[in-house]
Amino acid sequence: MRLNPKTSQKIMRIVLGIATGLTIFILLFIIVFMLSKGIPVLNWEFLSNFPAKMGKAGGILPTIIGTFVLTLVAIVIATPLGVGAAVYLTEYIREGKITKIIRFGAESLAGIPSIIFGLFGFILFVVTLKMGWSILSGGLTLAFMILPTIIRTSEEAIKTVPYSYREVSFSLGATKWETIKKVVLPNALPGIVTGIILGIGRSVGETAAVIFTAGSSLRLPSSLFDSVRTMSVHFYILSREGISMKNACGTAAVLVIFILAMNLTAYWIMHKFTKRNL
Amino acid sequence: MEVVAELALQNNSMNNKISVKNLNVFFGDKHVLKNINLDITPNKILAVIGPAGSGKTTFLRCLNRLNDLDPEMKFTGEILFDGKNIYQGINPVELRRRVGMIFALPIPLPMSIFENIVYGPKLAGITNKKELNGIVEKSLKDAFLWDEVKDRLNDPAMKLSGGQQQRLCIARALALKPDIILMDEPCSGLDPISTAKIEEAMRQLKKEYMIIIVTNNTKQAARVGDYTAFFLMGELIESNETGKIFTSPNDKRTEDYISGRFG
Repeated sequence: MRLNPKTSQKIMRIVLGIATGLTIFILLFIIVFMLSKGIPVLNWEFLSNFPAKMGKAGGILPTIIGTFVLTLVAIVIATPLGVGAAVYLTEYIREGKITKIIRFGAESLAGIPSIIFGLFGFILFVVTLKMGWSILSGGLTLAFMILPTIIRTSEEAIKTVPYSYREVSFSLGATKWETIKKVVLPNALPGIVTGIILGIGRSVGETAAVIFTAGSSLRLPSSLFDSVRTMSVHFYILSREGISMKNACGTAAVLVIFILAMNLTAYWIMHKFTKRNL
Repeated sequence: MEVVAELALQNNSMNNKISVKNLNVFFGDKHVLKNINLDITPNKILAVIGPAGSGKTTFLRCLNRLNDLDPEMKFTGEILFDGKNIYQGINPVELRRRVGMIFALPIPLPMSIFENIVYGPKLAGITNKKELNGIVEKSLKDAFLWDEVKDRLNDPAMKLSGGQQQRLCIARALALKPDIILMDEPCSGLDPISTAKIEEAMRQLKKEYMIIIVTNNTKQAARVGDYTAFFLMGELIESNETGKIFTSPNDKRTEDYISGRFG
């Protein structure tokens, strides 16, 4: 029997509506669940004190600093490399086999599970290059991991700059580099920044790649060669080893709030960018 | 730098002259311009007319070597500017400072009115604030835009109307004190009043510059052109004083195009 179009229309509307509703519900459920478990733990002491008894008591200050420093190192390394590669791919070489291969490589790199980056970083930086579990090993590993994201978003941002701007710039006696510096990059900047923020978002929450390479020391680092523990590694250890589920949720809540804030910032920048260009 | 000096010596535009000799241009396998020979006189306006795809814009873009940006472009022949081949021993960046270009659509760069105009001069190495202010005022006056924008030079150029934007683009090209101004259908996106203003500006500008305008509008060619060149499918069919082209063309095809039988 064939359903009449009116009925199938109604049914599909309901089915699609449920799919949307469920998606939103799951998202909200996760966030509300984590925050409701975690927020009661949060207070100034939790954020500003050192952990005591392996994290069973005390705060999470070193893990916040560890997360921050590691992400900073990753971004400082990945941004110039990624943006540079994106400029080269879009402005200096013609669309063809080579760009396709490079782009395919970058996309595949983006799809590799982070634990593989972790293992790679462990073997290369920690063991072979004798950097040990350190901010530098972890930062480099994270940089490699987020590089494809930064390249892709920067490339897209650069491509949105109208070709006519480049022609105008050339017609006014600019060289290629002057055109890139004065016209292309400034106009692509909001998109590039969004890519960097996405990279930060990935680095901040990364666990597998970091636990292999940056270690899990709870001391405050004093150099790039010191080991640090990030927030995500911290609550992984807290919950896995049954040290304190309560503090694990508290740490997770801090992380969730931080990532939400990052994404909102990225969204805001994107919004401002699109509005300005209309 | 040697090249700049040589070109600068010839800056007395009374003697400037362009000779195009046996110019052929290819994009990939496509033969876009076929054996063009043309002399262009200073202080006159040359109007280049012809139907779409006749190679007018390509011809224009040869004169400031903007076609170089397309790696598929190949050419033979020569373009002499004051007797010097612009494709030999001349840095295209320097050439483009001497040859300004106005595009079909007004394309202000997304920065302030002031910044748009000083874009070229700054790249050319002018940093003195006073000098830059002078350049901005003179260029805007020459483009008949000064009175409309003098109180808001720091506003985004995008906020201007279409006609104002196009005059801003003219001012921006003038800021480099070029010898030649190329215009690629500069009024195609403008209303009649804005068009009239641009044409008025052109009549004033030809006193100091050589102007070459590509236009789809034969009436515009008749209004502003001292000379007119008719292109068809990559060939230069004929070029002559505008009056002659429009009253007694030598070639049947020119007559057909001008009288609106095709195009």
